Amino acid sequence: MKARVLVTLKPGVLDPQGKAIHHALEGLGFGGVNDVRAGKLIELDLDEGTDDATIEEMCRKLLANTVIENFRIERLG
Amino acid sequence: MRSAVLVFPGSNCDRDLAVALERATGRRPEMVWHRDTALPAGLDLIAVPGGFSYGDYLRSGAMAARSPIMQAVVEEAGKGRPVLGICNGFQVLTEAGLLPGALMRNANLTFVCKDADLTVANNRTLFTSAYAEGEAIRIPVAHHDGNYQADAETLARIEGEGQVVFRYACTVNGSANDIAGLVNDRGNVLGMMPHPERAAEPAHGNEDGRRLFDSLVGAFAAA
Repeated sequence: MKARVLVTLKPGVLDPQGKAIHHALEGLGFGGVNDVRAGKLIELDLDEGTDDATIEEMCRKLLANTVIENFRIERLG
Repeated sequence: MRSAVLVFPGSNCDRDLAVALERATGRRPEMVWHRDTALPAGLDLIAVPGGFSYGDYLRSGAMAARSPIMQAVVEEAGKGRPVLGICNGFQVLTEAGLLPGALMRNANLTFVCKDADLTVANNRTLFTSAYAEGEAIRIPVAHHDGNYQADAETLARIEGEGQVVFRYACTVNGSANDIAGLVNDRGNVLGMMPHPERAAEPAHGNEDGRRLFDSLVGAFAAA
């Protein structure tokens, strides 16, 4: 089974990379972009039957730094 | 005074740090590889050097913080053993949970490499006793992820407890409250982005960093 972990900065944490991407989009003439936040996508190929609690533990222990980041787990069939 | 310098794949300030420690302490530090699971016995100081451990994969310091030797460092720190983390070493210590907060990408997104003017915000630590409180010093910085951030509650706590030890005299990387270095609540773990080992002997043209090592030597001589 596969799972995706989406790691994003917590709301309120300044995201300099998102800001730079935002400026670059504006520079390319794309109007109407109100905000950009950059994050990470991590794909995991896991043994069948790996439970949510284990994936969550992986996120807390390594994949996300919960001081500044949130994570969301998506199972892909 | 017996010290050890950790070495991760991608560390690049380990030898400079070892030279600075040897000059200050008169003893050559033990170099400890990241895969080791135990530290040498009888250490007075564990030093985590700068560099780009594990290529900064995932987050700066994230992989190193989970390496086998760091389990031993966390254990020793818990017993009150002094631990010094410089630059990437600071990132490793925050990732390992030994220091509060996190070091994020510099606010202006550029790698900053220059002499930084600092203020000694607390000289009542075993790392800074040879400086005067409020003293202006200059120590080189060289980093991309030195933007110190913590939530408001944590910032209020570390400020209130005097845990902020070094502050940038002017904005360098966007750090909250211009924090350049801080100690844990117990005062035995220091993390700092500037590189005192690069300002530690006459040939460097600046010896402002030398007194950090002298402070440690003094603390152990007095003990």
